[in-house]
Parts: sequence; C-alpha cells; structure tokens
Amino acid sequence: MITQLAVELAYWQQSILRSVGVIAAVLLPAGTIVYLFLFKMMSFMQSRLGPNEAGPYGSMQLLAEVGKFLQKEDLIPDGADRRVFTWAPIVVVASTFVTYVVVPFGPDAWFAQIPTGIYFALAVSSLSVIGVLMAGWSSANKYSLMGGLRAAGQLIAYELPLVLAALGVVIQAGTMDMQGIVAAQRTGEIFGFGGIGNPFILTQFVGFMIFLIAMQAELTQPPFDMPVAESELVAGYMTEYSGFRFLLFFIGEYATAGAFSAIAATLFLGGWALPGLDLDNNLMNVLGPVVLLVKILLIMFLVMWFRVTYPRFREDQLQIFAWKYLIPLSLVNITATAVLKVVF
Amino acid sequence: MTAVTERQQLAYIANQAADMRVNVELETEGMTLNIGPQHPATHGTLRIIVKLDGEQVVAADPVPGYMHRGYEKLAEVRTYPQVTTLVNRIDWLGSFANEVPFILAAERLMEVEAPPRAQWIRTILFELSRIGNIALFLGDMAVQLGAVTPVFYAFRDREYVLNQIEAITGGRFHPNFDRIGGLKDDIPKGWVAETKGVLTKMRAFCDELDELLVGNEIFTARTRGVGVIPPEVGLSYGLSGANLRASGIDWDHRRDSPCGLVYDKLDWKVWTHPDGDSFARYWVRLQETREAILMLEQLLDGIPSGPIMAKVPRIIKVPAGEAYVATENPLGEMGYYVVSKGDLVPFRVKIRSASFNNISIVPWVLRGVYVPDVITILASLYFILGDIDR
Amino acid sequence: MSLVPGVIKGLAVTLGEARKTVFPDGLRKPPAPSKGAVTVQYPRQKEDPTPRARGVIALHEENCTACMLCARECPDWCIYIEAHKYLAPPRREGGKPRQRNELDRFDIDFSLCMFCGICVEVCPFEALFWSPEFEYSEPRIADLLHDKGRLADWMTTVPDFEPYEAGAEVKVKKVPR
Repeated sequence: MITQLAVELAYWQQSILRSVGVIAAVLLPAGTIVYLFLFKMMSFMQSRLGPNEAGPYGSMQLLAEVGKFLQKEDLIPDGADRRVFTWAPIVVVASTFVTYVVVPFGPDAWFAQIPTGIYFALAVSSLSVIGVLMAGWSSANKYSLMGGLRAAGQLIAYELPLVLAALGVVIQAGTMDMQGIVAAQRTGEIFGFGGIGNPFILTQFVGFMIFLIAMQAELTQPPFDMPVAESELVAGYMTEYSGFRFLLFFIGEYATAGAFSAIAATLFLGGWALPGLDLDNNLMNVLGPVVLLVKILLIMFLVMWFRVTYPRFREDQLQIFAWKYLIPLSLVNITATAVLKVVF
Repeated sequence: MTAVTERQQLAYIANQAADMRVNVELETEGMTLNIGPQHPATHGTLRIIVKLDGEQVVAADPVPGYMHRGYEKLAEVRTYPQVTTLVNRIDWLGSFANEVPFILAAERLMEVEAPPRAQWIRTILFELSRIGNIALFLGDMAVQLGAVTPVFYAFRDREYVLNQIEAITGGRFHPNFDRIGGLKDDIPKGWVAETKGVLTKMRAFCDELDELLVGNEIFTARTRGVGVIPPEVGLSYGLSGANLRASGIDWDHRRDSPCGLVYDKLDWKVWTHPDGDSFARYWVRLQETREAILMLEQLLDGIPSGPIMAKVPRIIKVPAGEAYVATENPLGEMGYYVVSKGDLVPFRVKIRSASFNNISIVPWVLRGVYVPDVITILASLYFILGDIDR
Repeated sequence: MSLVPGVIKGLAVTLGEARKTVFPDGLRKPPAPSKGAVTVQYPRQKEDPTPRARGVIALHEENCTACMLCARECPDWCIYIEAHKYLAPPRREGGKPRQRNELDRFDIDFSLCMFCGICVEVCPFEALFWSPEFEYSEPRIADLLHDKGRLADWMTTVPDFEPYEAGAEVKVKKVPR
C-alpha cells in the first residue's frame, strides 16, 4: 500500500501511518457499525428496540458510553499491585490490535504480510490470557483471583480447538500466509466448478463450527461466560477496574470479537475477495475492506445469536466439553482433511 | 545501609506487608461468603451466609427479615377491606391470590357464601394471577442460569395478563378486588373474548420456552440432578406447591379442599415429577402454567349469570370466632388464621406464607453443593421476599 | 451430549422472534422495528390504560356532604376534609331552613395514597370517581397534595362506566357531569 503512494516516506513515517491505520481500522468499524449492529440484533431477538436515542438509530451509543467511562473516578485498590494493575488492560487490548496486523483487507491493503500469518495471529491472540491473569492477581481481591483463574483455565482449554480447526484450513490451502489462504479460496474450484471459488466453509464445515464454538469461549460470551457472569455470586476479574481501565477491557472485548471474526472470515469465508469480482487492484483495495466488514458482521451475528439463546455452562461442564468433545473432533477433522487432500 | 535509601526501605517493607495480606486471604479453609441482601440472584433482600470449603458448601444459613413490614401487626388495627388492600402486597407477583384465603376465612366466620358468579370470577382471577406469577418464574430461572432472552419474553407476555387484570379490577399489580361476600365489581363487556386472545399468546409463550429451554441440552445439564429433595425431607421441612409436586408428592389444595372456589367443576389434572431436582421444579411449573391455561378456557366458557355480591351489611362486623383457610397459591400453600372478637377489625391474623417454609430447606439442600449450583437451586425453589418476610 | 436438535431449535426460536420484531408485517414489507417491538417509546408514544385503571381520584363536589367516611376508611389517612354547616333556604315557601354541609377543604395527598380505591367504594353519595390519568408527577412532593379545585378538574377525565358482560345483574352507574 505504501509503495503505491507517489511520495517516498521514511520508515518512521510509515510506522506512524501504519499504527494510526490499525487503530482506525479497529476502532472505527468496531465502534460504530459492529457495536450498533450487534446491540440492535440482540435487542430485536429480545423483542425490544435497543439503543435508539444517542444519534440516529443509536449509532453514537458507543461514543456516549466512552464519554461516560472517561468521566468516572480512577480507583486503584489499596492492596493492589499498581504496576501489574495498570498494565493488565493494556496487555489485553494490545494483543487484540496486534492480531489485526496480519488480516489482509485487500490485495495490497495489508499491514504486514507474514508467511506464517495464521500462526502469528493465533499465538498473539492468546497473550490476552496473561492480561486476564494479571488483572485477577493484582486486584487484591480473592474473588477476582478465583474469577481470573477460571477465565484463564477456560481460555487455555479452548485455544486448542481454535488452533486445530484453523489447521484444517491450512492443510487445505497449503499455506499459512493469510493472503495465500484468501487466494486459495478465490481461485479454487469445487469439483471443477469455479463460479464461487472454494470458500472453505463448505469443505471445512466441521472446522468452521469448532472454530465458532472455540471463538465463543475465547470471548467469554454465553454459553461460556462463567468467568464474567460469576459476578452473580463472586466477582469476576474485572471488578476492581473502573473508568478508563474498564473501558479498555470493554473495547478489548468487542475488538477481540472483531479480530477473531476477521480471522474466521478470512479462513472460512474468503476474506476480502468476492468470487466474480475481479476488478483492478486499486479498486479492490477500497472495496476489499467493505467486503471483509460485511463478512465480519455475518460472523459476529452468529456469535451474538448464540450469546442470546443459550444458558451458560458450569465450569466443569465447559472443560469436559472442550477436552472430551471438541479436541477429538478437531483431530478427526484434520485427519480427514489430510486424507481427502491427498486423495483429491 | 548506604546502598538502600530510606524510601526504598519503606517500599520493601510495604511490599512484604502486602504479600502477607494476600497470603492470609488466600487461605481457602472455611471461607464465608455472603450472598445478599443486595443481590441479583435473590428475589429481593434475602441474605444467605454460606461457608465454603474450596468449592463446596459446608453450611448455609438464610437470614430473612430485611423486608419485614409487620403485616400481622398492621392487620390488628385495620378493617377487613383495608387488610385486603394490604395483603395484596405480600406476594406481589400473583397478588389476587393473596386476598383469596383471607376473604374465604372471613366469609367462613361470617357464615356467608359468595354467589356462584362471584366464585367463578374469583377462580378466573386466581388462575390468571397464577399464570402471571409462574410466567415470571420461567423467565427468571433462565436468567439466573445465564440465558438472557426468556426473561424478556416472560415480561412481555406477562403484560397481557396484567392488562386483563387491570381491565377488570383497575390495578395491574394490586387488584384489591375480593370482598367479603363476593367481588367488588362485575366484568366489563368484551373481557371474556380478550382474555381468550391472551390465553393463545400465553400458550405460544409456553411452547416457546419449551423449545428454548426445556429441550436445551445445556439447560438440562445444568439442572438435572442438582438440588435433589427427597419427598420425605420435603414434607418434613414444610415445603408446598410445585416444590413438593416436583418431588413426586401428589398434594394440591385446589383438588383436595376447594372451598369457595370452583375447581371441582373443572376437568384438570395435577402434575408431578418423580425426580425432585431443579429441572423437575421447572418442568412442573411449566406444566402447571399450561394446565392453568386449560382451566381458564373452561372457566371462561361457563361463567354463570347472577349477582356478584351476597347480601352483606354495609359496615362489616365479623362475628367472634377463628378460622383457618389455606389455598394453593402460585408459590405454594398460603393460609390465613383469622381470629375475630366481633369487631370491625380482626383480633389477630396469622399469615402462613409459602416461601417462608420453602426456604427453610435451604440449609439442608445446599450442603455439599458446588458454588455455581447454589444459584440454580435457589432459583428453582422460587421464593418471593414479600412472601418470606411479610 | 448430542447437540443436535435441542440447541438448534432454540436458535430457531430467537431468530423467529427477531424476524417478528423487524418484519412485523411479513418479509415482503419493509422492516418496521418500532412497530414490531413491544417497546412503547414514552414520551413520544403513550400507553392507553383501560377505563377502569386507577390513575387519579376525581371529586364531584355537588354530591359531597362531608360525611367523612372516605377519610375514615382510608388505610393511609391521606384525605383531609374540613367542612362547616350552613343553613340553606327552604325548598318550598314556609318550610324549615335546611342544614347543609359545605366543604372548606378536601385534599388528597397522592404521595401517601395507596390507590386502593376504598374511598371511592365507601362513598355513599357517589362523589369520588377513578380516572385513568397517570401523568401528574411533580418535582416537589408537596405539590402532590391535590386540593378541591384540582380534584374537581380531574372529573373531566373520568370515563363513563362500561357496560357489563352478559349475565351480570349489576346496573351500570352513571357519572355525574
């Protein structure tokens, strides 16, 4: 993208442009469109209207909430470990933003093209576990600690199905590069029919379902939200946070949902490419993010749909589900993919 | 002492102290957890002191009384219509049901019987308030378990029932409609047809919940086998209502002692479940709601014509005596023991409320239970604070 | 844990509800969530309570004889009545002058009122009526004490009594206007 511009920028200028770009790419769509879409969808499923006062059709709701959080008092509990306490939300949010770096938004609209893109994305997204543990430990609240430990246990347990499901896609695409995976879906064929390319959701449907379920657990959404809804009985790891720090967790939650949805859209739905839309690169660089946004909205809708419908699992049932059902299923999926890839 | 400044020393000591504090707090033996009185999981201000050993409950102790309003004392200085007004507010979700046993007890003392039309409409309103009450429970237990949508459906569909109660009595939550000798007023034109429309919506609501929750494997996994109450234990602790029927005991005042209400003229059945766990309690209440809808259809078709009020004097002085009447309220068995000395006001009213006895089993049923199941069990027992504390 | 039908049926229920909210007239018409959702967007839209709804109490002063029954029966003692006796001229020539009560003060304190309806019910002269008006909240609690004039103003909002369902033997009462 930078090489298309007429003026030659120094490296530090490029870096600033890239960091501003990633923040804009994450916050703007996540803040207005995704947030509003999700909350409105959730509300319609519950037979009510949702946010409709702040801005037209409630689009400024997130800005209103940001303003509300900013004006709250910033409390750090007395016995808390100050440095760890302040760094915990930053670790969570930073790991999310770094995940966006490898997602391709267009044929030339990417932040960093890493040959092991998907591996990098999954590795970096699991850094948020450290942030959660930091939050739980440093809060000087035994209930936060228990909540943080439970969250960490859940997040670690569901990392494995996530990675194994993505592995099926990697085997089928033949490359770990995200741009390569998009190309494999765009130019692929299903039994000789090349009209819609080869979106991996069709052949990797089991993998897609496993990825979706594991994603739901990574985001601690119902039905896997025991760590945060533990606040019925015992406070979660976020209790002692208020004001701007809580806002960071809050944004982190939705940005992480967006990041995982972007990865899922790229892996299974075809990323920024639309089959049959073969325009020249400059136009695709503009249309690509829009197409990707629509696909992200689709996957986020699925996440929210599950969230609204199901009661939550108990902690031990959650772990049993991951270890005894999802992981063997994903291993079977990988074996089947590998066999079929060689056969066909 | 040269390399370490005084400030660094103080910081080091503060760190040591903080470490020690955390170490002491991490001791998980006999941790005492306080659920309530302000808590989203209890229907009001109930405090339960729970002693934990790691993840298991060792002892639980409910502490009611945060909402005590002194009904029995108030009733000693209020006339009978005024007591009827107050008594609405005990179980505020199915509020007509609170008036019925009190009025029946007063009618027994006065030896007056309400005309058949009044008895029918009383039964209609009784069953309507049962539907309103249990519909909220069905949504509320879902939200305790984490499913956020059924509670919206419950409130939305309960609104229709409340609108019908408002159309006939004037008040959605506190009807204040039962009078000694009959009812305050008759039903307005078009009410029967409207109520039949509401029943269709409630039937759709029950079916929706059946698909959304009862058939849901996650819900079943959370509630089956959790909080099992054997029948003898339930009887010995004085449980009543759906809690008892979910343990397999066939006990229903509507069938066994329907004085003043017309249940013996209807064709209906009592639902029981042999398991006695939280799922059984939910399932029994769902079937009871469906049964109430069936009963209401029969009731609405057969309202006899006639007067709505028996011949009672304007100023009511109930003759001396004592009477106890218990009915099958939505929460369980509610009874009023009315002692009268021939005055305008009762001498003593003792209110036997269902939830007070229902939570007496909490120490027994919460032993050895894991922490996440505590909420499930409390939600399935279904108490309302106004009913516990009066 | 066989996840197939129970959890999928649940998804169908929520999606169906979303469709009913967004497309209340069916999928062929444009989306209309404001109509499909059950939310009543107060204060732009107003709810319509039933005619018998207990919103506020209205006083028809001509019928009131200051018998004090309502003030006595009120469980909260929120009705304040003061009256004086006066001699009205005789109805016919040569008759005795009649002793009548005239209301000086008839206040209902709606901050205490339980809205139970006992006062309306016990009034022997049908001077009190229920009105379904409910939007009379005040910034100061003291303003919730409605005096005689205000209570008389509420009479214009009192609906006529509805006819009864078939089979009722009670006669429909009339509201004095």
